[in-house]
Amino acid sequence: MSSHAELPRTAVGIAAAVRAGEVRAVDVLEAHLAEIDRREHQVHAFNLVVAEQARQAAARVDAEVAAGRDPGPLAGVPVALKDNMCTRGVPTTCSSKILEGWKPPYDATVVAKLAAAGAVAVGKTNLDEFAMGSSTENSAFGPTRNPHDLGRVPGGSSGGSAAAVAAGFAAVSLGSDTGGSIRQPAALCGVVGVKPTYGYVSRYGLIAFASSLDQIGPFSHDVRDAALLLDVIGGHDPMDSTSIPLAHPSLVDVLDRGVEGLRVGRIVDLPEGADPDVQERLEAAFDALRAAGAAIVDVEVPAFGYALTAYYLIAPAEASSNLARFDGVRFGMRVDAADTNAMYMATRSAGFGEEVQRRIMLGTYALSAGYYDACYGRALKVRRLIHDDFERAYRHADVLLTPASPSVAFPFGAKGDNPLAMYLCDLYTIPTNLAGHPAMSVPFGTGADGLPVGVQVLAGTLGEVAMFRAGAALERAMDAARGVSA
Amino acid sequence: MSESQHDLINGWELVVGLEVHVELATATKLFSASANRFGDAPNTHIDPVTLGLPGALPVLNRQAVELAMRIGAALNCTIQPCTFHRKNYFYPDMPKAYQISQYDQPLNIDGHLDLPDGTRIGVERAHLEEDTGKSTHMGGTGGRIHGSDYSLIDFNRAGVPLVEIVSRPDIRTAEQARQYVTELRAVLLAVEASDAKMEEGSMRVDANVSVHRPGTPFGTRCEIKNVNSVRSLGRAIEYEARRQIDLLETGDTIRQETRHWDENDGRTHTLRSKEDADDYRYFLEPDLVPLVPSPEWIAAVEAALPLLPGARRARLASAAGVVAHSEAVMSVVERGQDDYVLAVAAAGGDIGRALVHVKEAFADEPATPRVPPADLAALTTLEVSGALTATQAKAVLAEIVANGGGDPAAIAAAKGFEAMDTGALEAMVDQAIADQPDAWAKFCAGEGKAMGALVGAVMKLSQGKADGKLVTALLNAKKG
Amino acid sequence: MPERITPTDVAKVARLARLELTPAQLERAAGQLDGMLAHFADMDALDLSDVQPMTQPYPLQNVFRDDVVVEGLDRDEVLAAAPVAEDHRFRVPPIVGLD
Repeated sequence: MSSHAELPRTAVGIAAAVRAGEVRAVDVLEAHLAEIDRREHQVHAFNLVVAEQARQAAARVDAEVAAGRDPGPLAGVPVALKDNMCTRGVPTTCSSKILEGWKPPYDATVVAKLAAAGAVAVGKTNLDEFAMGSSTENSAFGPTRNPHDLGRVPGGSSGGSAAAVAAGFAAVSLGSDTGGSIRQPAALCGVVGVKPTYGYVSRYGLIAFASSLDQIGPFSHDVRDAALLLDVIGGHDPMDSTSIPLAHPSLVDVLDRGVEGLRVGRIVDLPEGADPDVQERLEAAFDALRAAGAAIVDVEVPAFGYALTAYYLIAPAEASSNLARFDGVRFGMRVDAADTNAMYMATRSAGFGEEVQRRIMLGTYALSAGYYDACYGRALKVRRLIHDDFERAYRHADVLLTPASPSVAFPFGAKGDNPLAMYLCDLYTIPTNLAGHPAMSVPFGTGADGLPVGVQVLAGTLGEVAMFRAGAALERAMDAARGVSA
Repeated sequence: MSESQHDLINGWELVVGLEVHVELATATKLFSASANRFGDAPNTHIDPVTLGLPGALPVLNRQAVELAMRIGAALNCTIQPCTFHRKNYFYPDMPKAYQISQYDQPLNIDGHLDLPDGTRIGVERAHLEEDTGKSTHMGGTGGRIHGSDYSLIDFNRAGVPLVEIVSRPDIRTAEQARQYVTELRAVLLAVEASDAKMEEGSMRVDANVSVHRPGTPFGTRCEIKNVNSVRSLGRAIEYEARRQIDLLETGDTIRQETRHWDENDGRTHTLRSKEDADDYRYFLEPDLVPLVPSPEWIAAVEAALPLLPGARRARLASAAGVVAHSEAVMSVVERGQDDYVLAVAAAGGDIGRALVHVKEAFADEPATPRVPPADLAALTTLEVSGALTATQAKAVLAEIVANGGGDPAAIAAAKGFEAMDTGALEAMVDQAIADQPDAWAKFCAGEGKAMGALVGAVMKLSQGKADGKLVTALLNAKKG
Repeated sequence: MPERITPTDVAKVARLARLELTPAQLERAAGQLDGMLAHFADMDALDLSDVQPMTQPYPLQNVFRDDVVVEGLDRDEVLAAAPVAEDHRFRVPPIVGLD
């Protein structure tokens, strides 16, 4: 068996080698399982590792290759799935006690697409319960640790998926992003993380947090892998009414185009809040793109600063409704009681953690009679303002750059008992979800304590091509600075 | 008009609005591909969407929209761009703990339904929504929710497409309410949108009932649920009106509440007070997109509508020279035999007699009866000419219907029917009077019953050939 | 943004959401929610009178499926995952105080 170091590390490399018959999928898988054995007890990226199922899937891929058939563009690529995506017959928990032990009777569309492309699912990754959080501390099954510093959080809510890639447990992984839950942990774990345009990837089988904001996207070691994964999981799905019925251009094909002539926007009225080390890396990113031939332009997004307010009224409102189905009647946990109403109360109070209950109450309040107009109704109008501000900015710029996270990974417990302090972690990522636009976090050097910093590249609706061109250019600049050849 | 005077009860006017839920006759559910079928084994038509499983997403059934648009068009509604909302409430037969319904932008608005007598009842809206599952209450007494030990839920019905048709409060009598539901059902069947069976629950009626003094604002209303037949609807409304009037006349006030009709004791009972009603927290369903029927689609739906019952009645009534809500027109159109009556007329028959014959003798026949229109036309011609009495015609018709057709002249001849002259008939009447002096005396004293014996005697004497009407007329004439 | 949020308000909201909180939890939640709503009052400064609410991130309309039956889930598999099932149906405690 080959050791981890000799095998290709990226999905592109693995798939190419497996399809060419140069390496076996089972060997790739065993190398990753060995890595999981070595460090998972420290990192706790997974709620569940499905080693046996993965071995069978990898063997099937190898059999395909041996039979002269092409297993697909992700042949033999070990992939980790955030534990809020339904996997048929495999427990799916959302890191909540209320779903502990539940085995969905169906696969999410993305799960089916990955399998059809030859990917090998290795396990379900940890998250903040129901994706509500920015540190993965809110998991009912304990926090995930940042592979770069086990004393720090990996970010969240897709902390397990980010950590799984950063730790080499999987070549790539999927997360979901409602207000930054892919981009912020990607930044904190030093991997690439992409939230596509709303509707780019099917949400069918993704356990909803906030339906009008949720999108699934990839984590990967590099930009090319993220593009490959999006090419596989993107596209129209008749099972999701909000899925965009268009064929998306291949993103893998645009990475080498460079950024000559690309207009890169600097938001002059961006809310303050980023640490100096993060701010410094953002400036370096502007410099790198300028040096690569892009034009840097100033743009304004006046409503940017109101995004947090709009988000924390809209997302909890939708969540309060989406999470009402966890009622102890048809699946999952039940705490018995004398009558159905008492059973609902007992089940939901015992099954949901404190942050989830807090957001359900906030959202219920925002929608309730007498408060709807002042809370939810107003928030929807602020959402429009933010969307329109961005649309205006994108008349002058093809992409925008901001920090992905205001800081590098922070120590456990750093945000204390104040929910608002945690909410501010998503300051720079939330507006994108409200606008329905794509954005990605690209690792761009290190900040305080040598920890990774991510730069966020934002684009307008279906602006993935420009976004990936810019992301690839940033990555090339970093590789060049580190002396790595592409 | 004297009729409105007639509708008042001790000077109180009844005001009723009806909310009718109908299950659409689609193959699948409103938002998922499980079968929409009644009566199958429990939980055999379930899927992730139906069960509200985590991660499931709704996708709108085009045919459900088409049928809902048909209903809107048939009820003279404006069909408009619309959206779906979530109505949030917890109930074990509501899988997601929210119902996807339409709220401030429904598909169909501002229509009306005309009752057979021409009374126009406004239709405020007819919107799409999903049905719930079904709870069965176990233990306790008689399957009631109160005192039950536990409940069992079957989700086959969950997600079945419904159209909720909300009338304006234009109904003023229990009879009008019955007529509205009967007419609405006929329209739904005509456009093939629903099988509209109240007994199977594919058509469900809730009544908003209030009373007031004419000229004053409407009274506080109560919503009556659990009405399972047209007959019960009338009874429930009459009971509820009486209850409210009794309260008001003793100085009490009406509490706005939902009341449950109990078929057994013939009363309505408090179900829940509206004051502590749930706060449904309606908001736009983010998993669905707006529904914007194109003008072409709307036009196509309207163009494909069949002739509706009201128009069919008007057509038949005008051809037959009778009023549209006459019993014969009503029942013949209800059976769909109006085209047949018109075909008999087209074959040269007398439409008035054909209408009566079809009404009387074709109740068990399909919409297109087996008897060739020409045969019935020939029969009416024999009647018009006086060759057959009404009684003889009936006998001939019975045989034609039994055989699925036949030449009426030949059947009449075989039965020995021939026209009887008035002189011979008068002699038989005199004979009958002479034979039954007691009956004659009673008849003369005004005992209508006695006439039967006399007519019967004449019939016997004539071996069934006498025209009953003529005999009655002769008896009355002789009485003076 | 509305005035202050009290433990009584929170209790009402919790009941609507079918959550059961102890008095101490209500107190704590009221304090936290109040702090959030105070922060969210920043949007009260905006003039939103001419702004249309945004309800769709990507403008789609008329998304349909055809009315064709697709075989659904296996009843036994689904009922096996239910908290309590009986006679091929989902069993719940008595339904009172709901209807």
